[in-house]
Amino acid sequence: MARALIHMSASAKRGEIIEIRALIGHSMETGYRVGADGRLLARDIIRKFACRYNGEQVFGAELHQAISANPYIAFFTVATDSGTLEFTWEGDNGFAHTEKMNLTVSAS
Amino acid sequence: MKRRDLLAAGAGLTMLALVRPASATPVEMAAAINSFTGGAKPQTGKVKFDIAQLIDNGNAVPVTISVDSPMSAADHVSAIGIFTERNPQTEVAIFTLGPRAGKAEVSTRIRLATSQRLMAVVRMSDSSYWSQGVEVIVALAACVEGEEP
Repeated sequence: MARALIHMSASAKRGEIIEIRALIGHSMETGYRVGADGRLLARDIIRKFACRYNGEQVFGAELHQAISANPYIAFFTVATDSGTLEFTWEGDNGFAHTEKMNLTVSAS
Repeated sequence: MKRRDLLAAGAGLTMLALVRPASATPVEMAAAINSFTGGAKPQTGKVKFDIAQLIDNGNAVPVTISVDSPMSAADHVSAIGIFTERNPQTEVAIFTLGPRAGKAEVSTRIRLATSQRLMAVVRMSDSSYWSQGVEVIVALAACVEGEEP
């Protein structure tokens, strides 16, 4: 099971722009490296990342081999309503991971 | 087929295996950017590509791309793409944004196979494209060569 870390504030004022930093443990094997036996190591990467805020996608990413191991992505979103932010990673070999974070939004 | 031909074919294949994954070319990068923009030529400006110019270790290079945009419903950044010239593959990542982002800025960490030119290309909500290129020097390349036996 993968381990993911999400850094974001748990509460915000309505309309405030919050930063979200997401990191997941994954080797991101490129498929271009040669193993000890002289053969290419099979590609195993995360291809997709998405952040849904109360069900609506507010950020997405399509990743390729050039993203470092343990992919780190930082982005921003506007706090609109209290609710849940859902983060999903999808990749090769049926890799799928979901994290949820709660955000409490107060009137400005 | 003669033995000589077979040998020649074998040698050709080995060369392919060794050389082909080593790097994309500026032409391939231009083609990848072209398919991202749908043929439109990106204008220069608006985009800030933040990356160290001298990189010790190409395995995890922090990059930040920020765009000068109000991020309103009418005028916002809809996608940010990062492309490389000499990595095995030219695409690095395509980020999808919208007015809900509030701020047009994305950070990540990338791998760089060698010293090269990188491009950030941004699509705006009015379908205009903007880009910014940077040249970087990489001291220790990301290991495309393989692991220690």
